Amino acid sequence: MTRKDSSLSRRHVLAGAAAGAAVGSLGLPAILGAQPAAIKVGILHPVTGPLSYSGTQARAGAQMAIEEINAAGGIKSMGGARLEALLADAQSRPDVGAAEVEKLNEAGAAAIVGPFASGIALATTQAAARHGIPHIVDVGVVDQVVTRGLANTFRFGPGLKTIVDTAIGNLIKINEGAGKPARTVMIVHEESAFGSGMATTLNAELPKHGFEIVETIKHANPTRDFSNIVLRVQARKPDLLIPSNYYDEYVLFARALQQQRVAPKAIYSILGGGASSYKFLKEFPQAASYVMDCNHWFDPRKAQALALKEKTEKRNLFFTYEVFLNYSCVYLLADALERAGNARRDAITAALAASTLDRHVMPYGPTRFVNGQNTGAQPVTTQILDRDIKVIFPLAFASGNVVYPIPERLG
Amino acid sequence: MLDPIILLPAAINGLTMGAVYALVALGLTLIYGVLHIINFAHGSLLMVGLYGAFFLHRAGLDPYLALVVMVPALFFTGYALQWSVIGKASHGSDQNILLVTLGASIVIENLALYFFSADTRTIDTPYSFEMIDLGVALVPLPRVIAFAAALVLAAVLWFLIARTDLGRAIRAVAKERQGARLVGIDVDHIFAMSFGIGTACLGAAACLLLPMFYVSPHVGHVFVLVAFTVVVLGGMGSFSGALIGGLLIGVTESLGGLLLGESLGQMGIFLIFIATLMFRPSGLFGSRLS
Amino acid sequence: MNARLVMAAGLAAALAVPYLVRSDFWLGFLITVLLFAVMGMAWNILGGYAGQFSFGHAAFFGTGAYAAAVLHIGFGLNPWLGLAVAALAGGLVALVIGYLSFRYGLRGSYFALITLAFAEVLRILANWAEFTGGGVGLYVPLKVGIANLQFSGKTGYYYVALGFAVLSLAVGWALEHSRLGAQLMAIRENEDAAQALGVDTFACKLKAIALSGALTGIGGGFYTHYYLYIDPGIAYGPGVSVEILLVPIIGGLGTVFGPLLGSAVLHGAGELARRLMGDAPGLNLIFYGVLLIVMVRFMPEGLMGLVWRLRHRWRRVADA
Repeated sequence: MTRKDSSLSRRHVLAGAAAGAAVGSLGLPAILGAQPAAIKVGILHPVTGPLSYSGTQARAGAQMAIEEINAAGGIKSMGGARLEALLADAQSRPDVGAAEVEKLNEAGAAAIVGPFASGIALATTQAAARHGIPHIVDVGVVDQVVTRGLANTFRFGPGLKTIVDTAIGNLIKINEGAGKPARTVMIVHEESAFGSGMATTLNAELPKHGFEIVETIKHANPTRDFSNIVLRVQARKPDLLIPSNYYDEYVLFARALQQQRVAPKAIYSILGGGASSYKFLKEFPQAASYVMDCNHWFDPRKAQALALKEKTEKRNLFFTYEVFLNYSCVYLLADALERAGNARRDAITAALAASTLDRHVMPYGPTRFVNGQNTGAQPVTTQILDRDIKVIFPLAFASGNVVYPIPERLG
Repeated sequence: MLDPIILLPAAINGLTMGAVYALVALGLTLIYGVLHIINFAHGSLLMVGLYGAFFLHRAGLDPYLALVVMVPALFFTGYALQWSVIGKASHGSDQNILLVTLGASIVIENLALYFFSADTRTIDTPYSFEMIDLGVALVPLPRVIAFAAALVLAAVLWFLIARTDLGRAIRAVAKERQGARLVGIDVDHIFAMSFGIGTACLGAAACLLLPMFYVSPHVGHVFVLVAFTVVVLGGMGSFSGALIGGLLIGVTESLGGLLLGESLGQMGIFLIFIATLMFRPSGLFGSRLS
Repeated sequence: MNARLVMAAGLAAALAVPYLVRSDFWLGFLITVLLFAVMGMAWNILGGYAGQFSFGHAAFFGTGAYAAAVLHIGFGLNPWLGLAVAALAGGLVALVIGYLSFRYGLRGSYFALITLAFAEVLRILANWAEFTGGGVGLYVPLKVGIANLQFSGKTGYYYVALGFAVLSLAVGWALEHSRLGAQLMAIRENEDAAQALGVDTFACKLKAIALSGALTGIGGGFYTHYYLYIDPGIAYGPGVSVEILLVPIIGGLGTVFGPLLGSAVLHGAGELARRLMGDAPGLNLIFYGVLLIVMVRFMPEGLMGLVWRLRHRWRRVADA
């Protein structure tokens, strides 16, 4: 009895598959046939805990890309398979991030996108490597993320060294373009990985280019009061001020600078928490004006980027770098799936390694991974001009002309 | 390398920041003095106050006017929390109070995350960039107001505890629970009143803090350790102690930051804290309540 | 006799776990449970038996973690030896903190707060110092090998954690049946009376905190080699201290099996919250917080208290 049933059902299945194939060959959408299995994608970010703002933004970016890709017919080479997001929360902790990778592994994730912070990325890429899960790192700027020889790790965005080198290069061009008005520099940075790493490199590099660093101030997270730091800026009167902070501290710092009417020739942030943030611009238009920032930024020449910006704002979210980087990472993955033609992890990894994707919103050119790092990835220098964030470097796609030294902006 | 000219303005900055610490610590010292508990939820309740003031501002109410709403609102919040959750669940044992306030703070913080999202929010007021010239330093107006308010709040609390019937009952409960119960004082009610008043202070602190700070679901952590330091330094349960302790901590932090760097300078606060505990555990002014 | 049988069966089951649990996620979960059971026992020695509540066990955890990381990365020390050094370092820091606190007679919330402050001082120092990598933290290089305390799968880590958990239970059991244990409990019940009876309370408390610090230090060292990354916030942040103290309080203070039970239930509750509450940020932690309050409300004596109550009731039923 049982046997008969099973043979019967098998025949049904075969018939269904044949019908599906027939429909497919006629060029009709495969609605009548069985839908191909959805491809599970781990979207892993710190959506609770101290990093929850960035984590939530990042998740939103990834989700928007998944929606778009599914609406456009899914992964075509796999019969229009849809992407299914497995949302995971690293709770702003590396150990929880690693545990979530295990969970994603068992839920059958074909790949993982995330996890924003460097410390978490170190743990999650390693946990993913144990299962051969391809892991696209969205931000995680600390260089160790890609220097440990993990074959499954692909960092889409630039690393800290690239960011600081580019920032210095652009700064020199800006300063030389204006006849070298700035010589003295003061650095104010937060104490964790990106701020400290940046300060070390700046202290090594800037003096070689004729700048004198008059003082470097490292501050804790959180810092409740920036008045004294501003007092010291006032006393030193640097030509250039280079801040690198998280958003909360950046807000307090910028407000204190404005209150004390401190006006250096330029404020040039590197991975600054606020200077390339539409939120900061909206809430502190005066303090934001003319501030420059070298940071992750989208390519304003790309229609896809502008459409994404509009879509993000429609959802009442600010268009931050977490959003467009993660959006791009999901497209990177979708392209790899398309070329792999199946959702096997090793196939995806191989496809990612050979990736030459241009359909992302960043100004990186086609992706090219060397040892897990997207070599085209670079930051952009922006300046807040006319109450908008304009790209001023690279010149190839600048949307505004640098204003430097900055005019009197406080009055 | 240190410019002596900025020492004086730095000290003034420290004093005004210290007043903010005092504002946050005043409520904590009352709760600590009466209930003898380490209230882990104090920071989260400050955060609740800040969100309250933020949304009232969005509805058109100036934060200083919002005091009228936020102080009673947080009083009832605190009263209800102690009456219906902390008192009931903790069975009066110290370690359980600790767990319950910890649990409450996790719940409150993540409710804020769930409903308000993790956005850091700030408000812009006409007086945010108004500066008061004190001769040696320019001080933002909101800080001057907070400084004055800390003095007033400490005085009001002192009067409430020292000169009213409620205050006498609170002091009796703080000193001797069983005895207070025997003479007919409703101890649970007094506990809840103390917790409520302590939390109401946070309502005031929040309204005064918002024009110069930001609010996010995690903002409580920014102040809570400092508040404990102030309470210990001033003497648990002492309002004048909390006030002067706050100012001292503010100045220490400010000058410590100048001398040791903003990052390492944070240590000054904790070294003072440790030294106080070791050499003068009753605080500079002794414990007034118990 | 009966109890010994149960324990032997329990140990056998624990040893068999990697062959029964094929899920790396659940194996990882158990490793976390065991790690916090060890540190929970460490806290229990000081907080449960001796009645000295610490809010600053991060000071010992972080010191163990950094000792293991710095000596391995900087001086090539073998990680297994590093664990021993982590224990030593944790114990030493505990001795210093204990000496300063107990010498000045700090008790109750005063002791709790001073330990918190010491942990914060260490966090700030770790952020500032060069050899700790400052705020950037330290990365242990990936080099799989048993000699290197790095395993390709979770099973190896599980057995190491299990070994330490068994050790911690043995320490707890030995303490409960030792003179020192009796003295500590006397201190917990009434310190002045204990002193009057001739107990050297200062020395006893120092022994308790040193033992506690050493056991927590091992936990820190294990953390370093398990996650291969440590930074000042992870090592010395107040979060670790709280996580460690929750374990024995929920499990049952001053009991041998309380920490193990507490760790299992706390982490189980956290996982349950994550699975039940879906993807909206924060919901799972709201659930977890409520669960915590409810547990305290209905089990004021911790889980072991509940176990005793149930056993007592069962016996009465059996007798009747």
